Amino acid sequence: METTCIMCPMGCALTIEEQDGVVKVRGNTCPRGEKYGVNEYVDPKRMVTTLLKVKGGGVLSVKTSEPFRKAQVSAVLQAAAKVLLDRSYKAGEVVVKDVAGSGVDLIATADLIFGEKA
Amino acid sequence: MNVYDVIVIGGGVVGTAVLRSLAAYKAKVLLLEKSSDVACGSSRANSGIVHAGYDAESGTKKAYFNVKGAAMFPSLTAELDVPYQKVGSLVAARKEGLSALEVLRDRGVRNGVKVEILGRDAVRALEPNIADDIEYALYAPEAGVVSPYQLTIAFADHAVTNGAEVRLEEKVIALSKEGALFSVRTEKEVYAARFVVNAAGAGAAEVNALIGEEPYQETHAVGDYYILDHKEAGVVRTVVFPLPDERGKGILVAPTADGNVILGPTSRKVPHEEAERNAVTAEGLLAVREGAARLMKGVNVRSAIRVYAGTRTAVGGDFIIEESAKVPGFYMLLGICSPGLTSAPAIGEYVAEEAAKKLSLEKKEKMIPLPKAFRFRESSAEEIAAKAKEDPAFGRIVCRCEKVTEGEIVRAVHSPVPAKTVDAVKRRVRAGMGRCQGGFCQPRVMEILSRELGIPMTAVRKGDAGSEIAPYEVKDGYETL
Amino acid sequence: MKHFDVVIIGGGPAGMAAALGAREEGASVAILERDVRLGGILNQCIHNGFGLHYFGEELTGPEYAARFREKVLADRGVTVYLEAMVLSLTEERNVTAVSPTQGFIELSAGSIVLAMGCRERSAGAIGLMGTRPAGIYTAGMAQRLSNVGGFLVGKEAVILGSGDIGLIMARRMTSEGAKVKLVMEIMPFSSGLKRNIVQCLQDYDIPLRYSTTVTRVTGKERLTGVYIAPVDEKLQPILEKEEYVPCDTLLLSVGLIPENDLLTGMDVEMSPVTAGAVVDEYRQTSVSGIFSAGNVLHVHDLVDNVSEEAFIAGKSAAQYAAGKLSQGECVSVAAGEGVRYVLPQRVHKGEGKVRLYFRVNKVYRGKSVVVRSGDELLKRKKTMVLAPGEMQQIEIEKSLIKGDISVALEE
Repeated sequence: METTCIMCPMGCALTIEEQDGVVKVRGNTCPRGEKYGVNEYVDPKRMVTTLLKVKGGGVLSVKTSEPFRKAQVSAVLQAAAKVLLDRSYKAGEVVVKDVAGSGVDLIATADLIFGEKA
Repeated sequence: MNVYDVIVIGGGVVGTAVLRSLAAYKAKVLLLEKSSDVACGSSRANSGIVHAGYDAESGTKKAYFNVKGAAMFPSLTAELDVPYQKVGSLVAARKEGLSALEVLRDRGVRNGVKVEILGRDAVRALEPNIADDIEYALYAPEAGVVSPYQLTIAFADHAVTNGAEVRLEEKVIALSKEGALFSVRTEKEVYAARFVVNAAGAGAAEVNALIGEEPYQETHAVGDYYILDHKEAGVVRTVVFPLPDERGKGILVAPTADGNVILGPTSRKVPHEEAERNAVTAEGLLAVREGAARLMKGVNVRSAIRVYAGTRTAVGGDFIIEESAKVPGFYMLLGICSPGLTSAPAIGEYVAEEAAKKLSLEKKEKMIPLPKAFRFRESSAEEIAAKAKEDPAFGRIVCRCEKVTEGEIVRAVHSPVPAKTVDAVKRRVRAGMGRCQGGFCQPRVMEILSRELGIPMTAVRKGDAGSEIAPYEVKDGYETL
Repeated sequence: MKHFDVVIIGGGPAGMAAALGAREEGASVAILERDVRLGGILNQCIHNGFGLHYFGEELTGPEYAARFREKVLADRGVTVYLEAMVLSLTEERNVTAVSPTQGFIELSAGSIVLAMGCRERSAGAIGLMGTRPAGIYTAGMAQRLSNVGGFLVGKEAVILGSGDIGLIMARRMTSEGAKVKLVMEIMPFSSGLKRNIVQCLQDYDIPLRYSTTVTRVTGKERLTGVYIAPVDEKLQPILEKEEYVPCDTLLLSVGLIPENDLLTGMDVEMSPVTAGAVVDEYRQTSVSGIFSAGNVLHVHDLVDNVSEEAFIAGKSAAQYAAGKLSQGECVSVAAGEGVRYVLPQRVHKGEGKVRLYFRVNKVYRGKSVVVRSGDELLKRKKTMVLAPGEMQQIEIEKSLIKGDISVALEE
């Protein structure tokens, strides 16, 4: 696998391979890069922020409660696309629990007053 | 079927000028425009110059209507509340250009235009930033600058206020005459009229062809322009032209009536299908920069807030302003290129008189004036305070660059010729015409249009059909990533 | 005319932090904000990545804004004017504004903090060639339509400019239902964060082409496509290599301009490099009593730095209004080799520390940042890599200042 290290502006081009059960990172110039590379190979995680539609118009911004498996990003976004909110929410409130079986929740990042257009 | 005394085809400055002059008569008049607003063709993208009248050969229609039209501007623009300033013009020449200036001067004198040739110092007294090698200039104090689209809109609004009708997004697709009545078919309706005026601008030859009149050979030239930020306004005081050549009056540098600086245009011949696509080209802009630099010092193109192109349509050397010999009652206004804007008020009056004679129309005792619009940026603190108290929307600034309030935008949406698109709002109140070019206000203008017109945000357009700005909701038709 | 110790123009991250800074000194504060709520552009930046430095946790824009907003609104010493557009400002610190609820507003101030933020460069400003259809937006405009309104501007997009807003919008368009075909950058490097290149483009297989620009656009009512071409060393497009990319949307992320129009006609010394005012370490401009902070002063990459800077400006403005701001002898701070600008541009001699912020003019590897005052070396810091997109900082002791200061890169 090839990727770019994001630990500093250097942006080292990393090549990550598994040999005999050991994950090897090449191209890094520091230990942080190695750790990043291993993580990206073994268990890459991402936060997702997105918009949920509100019945009658408008959107609510949400985020995942924490980073979750990158492979599930698409499923989370798909699930978010199907949501139609029909009540008010406070920032910080859980809007969708365990979204798409990812183990993380979608949390409101702003207040939504239902019935009031943005 | 609705029978009109006169139907005007085309809502440019010429068509709307005719309509407004017709509205002075007791007559049922209608204007049909193919676009979503008036002033969508050449009347939107041109130099906005009120020419003094020394360019056209004496004895031509161009000369006649130019001189007559220019004289109408001061009172006309005051009456219609349209930005206009009589700033005067200079045709700048180098040493070797004196004899060419003398030709222009003599023609100006023959045309009845106030002109004089100024020497080096006198030129600099008027225009301190003129290029160093300019030795002489032909000065025409009666020349001016006007907002061409605001003039067109005001003509249309004034006409509608006085009983005329304007129908937008109705392109004429068939035209015939049976007996005394014309049948005018658009994509939506069929109308009948006793008299038809073809003021379709770049499409006028096509309209001619619809009724079997001569489809005159048109030539279309596209010209590129720069508009500079208000902060450059001091760089030029008058309209500064180079010596004209065979392609036209050349690349000018001038203040605009709204306080910006305009540079341009180039002149690039294009085929009919390219006309009004108005694509800006890199070569064109380079030519504008070079042309401007030959005339003036200190023109800072880095302050450009917009570049655009406009089409000018000509038919031979002179305007065609005449009734069809083949089809009586069909009045042709073709090839109204420069000085068409200047000539428009005079052409409007003339054509209305011709129609009135033909149809025995009686003049109204008086016309209802257009109310003077509140413009935030031109108002005093006291006026602003009073207006905001009366309606809070006049205290809510939507376009911060040009200081346009929500109240002004709402009024534009509900004006006699309603602004139904973001561009139509922009042309009426200047929201989005400033240095950020709508970056800040466009979503807000869209919200106001959506609310006032009762249409969804996704249906709000920039201009004509198909120009929806945000046509989808988020997650619409969401598919697998 | 109402009087406040400190009047702050703009209620975004800078304005709110300035208010809190001024309140720490006990000043009476007014904020003039043109939108319907405090928070500025953060309200539409719904992605995460804010606050790691300032709050020690990762927040989204609305959350970061809310933290400040709640504090500001809870403080009775701060008067907030919403939907208030400032019309004029004088060197005597009189401010006029207008709002729908208050009408014409006139305020006088002991000191002023400018916190108006910045605006995006437009298609007009970059001289985009071709037609003028719908479908061309600044990235921020598309962001507002999507994140505040819930509207998507198109389905097939290309993006010009790889600054952070462009990268963030590439991901946003994708996650809201559009296909982003390409991101182009005229420079041979991105001014965006590496993290955004990976997580906004690579994660979604969006290609990024360097040294490439849009040569012209096509379409009459709606955009139908763009012509793109690589550029030479002088950034001029190589037209023989032009190619056509069909699309219905072009987003522009081609630079931010500090919104200093209000200063036109005032005697505030401006920096031609930052397009903001020239300031001292208090963020005081050349006109005494007028302070500047945040993106109106210089364009930041991290909002955390904006908050920090604005807090200093607000606190100092309050001290000025109370006649307590010590202002002794000043030295100038200049950008040396490899450095595009340093801020503040002036520093007073005295006690304590001052942090210098600077940006480099291109990507450098293995250079040392060297700060000199007069002939003396104040600091030397070895670095791995320095990129123009990331603001750098270095702290110095004021007591060591001997003469004019320079910040430069050396081997």
